[in-house]
Amino acid sequence: MKTELKVNGQLHTLDHDPRMTLLDALRDDLHLTGTKKGCDHGQCGACTVLLDGRRINACLTLAAMHDGCEITTIEGLGEPENLSALQTAFVSKDGYQCGYCTPGQIMSATGMMDEVRAGDPSHVSTDLSGDVPFDDAEIAERMSGNLCRCSAYPFIREAIAMAAEVKK
Amino acid sequence: MKSFDYIRAESLSDASKAMGDGAQLIAGGTNLLDLMKLQIMSPDRVIDITRLPGLSDVAPYKDGVKIGALVSNSDLAADPKIKALYPVLTRAIVAGASGQIRNKASTGGNLLQRTRCPYFYDTSMACNKRAPGTGCSAHGGAGRMLAILGTSDDCMAAHPSDMAVALRALEAHVEITSANGETREVGLDTLYRLPGDRPDLETTLAEGEIITAVILPAPVKGSVQSYRKVRDRASYAFALVSVAAVVTMDGDKIDTASLAFGGVGVRPWKDAQVDALLHGQTPDQALFAKAADRLLAQAKPHPEAEFKRPLVKRALIAALREATGLAPATAGTDKTRDAV
Repeated sequence: MKTELKVNGQLHTLDHDPRMTLLDALRDDLHLTGTKKGCDHGQCGACTVLLDGRRINACLTLAAMHDGCEITTIEGLGEPENLSALQTAFVSKDGYQCGYCTPGQIMSATGMMDEVRAGDPSHVSTDLSGDVPFDDAEIAERMSGNLCRCSAYPFIREAIAMAAEVKK
Repeated sequence: MKSFDYIRAESLSDASKAMGDGAQLIAGGTNLLDLMKLQIMSPDRVIDITRLPGLSDVAPYKDGVKIGALVSNSDLAADPKIKALYPVLTRAIVAGASGQIRNKASTGGNLLQRTRCPYFYDTSMACNKRAPGTGCSAHGGAGRMLAILGTSDDCMAAHPSDMAVALRALEAHVEITSANGETREVGLDTLYRLPGDRPDLETTLAEGEIITAVILPAPVKGSVQSYRKVRDRASYAFALVSVAAVVTMDGDKIDTASLAFGGVGVRPWKDAQVDALLHGQTPDQALFAKAADRLLAQAKPHPEAEFKRPLVKRALIAALREATGLAPATAGTDKTRDAV
């Protein structure tokens, strides 16, 4: 079957088996290997991409379901000479060790920051009506879908807090 | 994953007609694709309903609110009407899964997600739910995540949803549309079957029937609502136990209380006797303990799930202390607002 995807602003037509996940389409067909396959079951978050601007697990959805959709991967976020605020912050704060989870962490944090700005509540938000504070507890809770096997969590949270300051 | 035909439904009747043996609807896919990769489910036809019109709104309906079956868990939790008038639903949703999953998972799919019982997930083990008649490997096995209420000899699998627990406390109904376009509305107690000797039959949906909406009744004015979830880690874990409470006070007495429980039941659990016991009473520790004992009167825990008795009792007491004002509200307890 054929599916058209707009990935990082570029239109691609895939010819694929219906079983192909969005993750495999990105990695195997489009050779965008920045998006990582960790658990392939939605538990680790290494495959996080933006689908029409919202963060999702690329491993838990079929490419076929996203005909005509816009996907942003880590390759579409910044260039080595022109990093996004989050990419800069991860480098500056050393928000990783082995780096395997990092693209997923950064894509997830990118989507998450928009959710905070929109005032979407989280499990630790004390008040459902007001603005959401961008504090450490909120960052930790909102990033719980991204695992880091090296446990670089303190620096990951610091990097996200730093990028949030820059974006204000 | 076994191969399947992918069908994109253009209309509800398209989708209904394509259903039947070997067919499976897909919306968010966050649970179904996991199960398909593990070959716990292996449909021949996967019917994509994500582009069906009219199922993606949260809109006023009669005195309450109608939630389209395709509304994502994130959108539902963040909806201004839900946050103001049904805060326990927001709290339950954000207590479950991860940000990525909630962005994808649908309202209808959340209700129909499958149990996370480890024996259901392990295809080398006996499981009456996955493979009817094979037995239940949980007997004599690991039982920490099992239900303790509504179980049968054939199945002790717990229902995994947080959202559905809040929906039971809110007395929500589901709108079901049949292949010929007729709709019916049923409560969650009617939607979900008890396992009995056929744990593979989880709902009362007939062939070709699709959940098209969740309907919330009129908001409970002046209520305090609370969702308290206890789990093995602070985030992104299924409930060991959870409690949803919707409480109104009349002076210093409880006027109405509607409680529902997660992690303990084979379906999102509600016991009318527990609610009745609280009605008109002065809130205190002894009353809450009595309510928990009533809830647990019929409990039959697996030896490794015995801890759920005291745990759900303490969670119930803690939730009711906040909901009745005996303790200050923490994150998870909210007073409903009068308007959006």
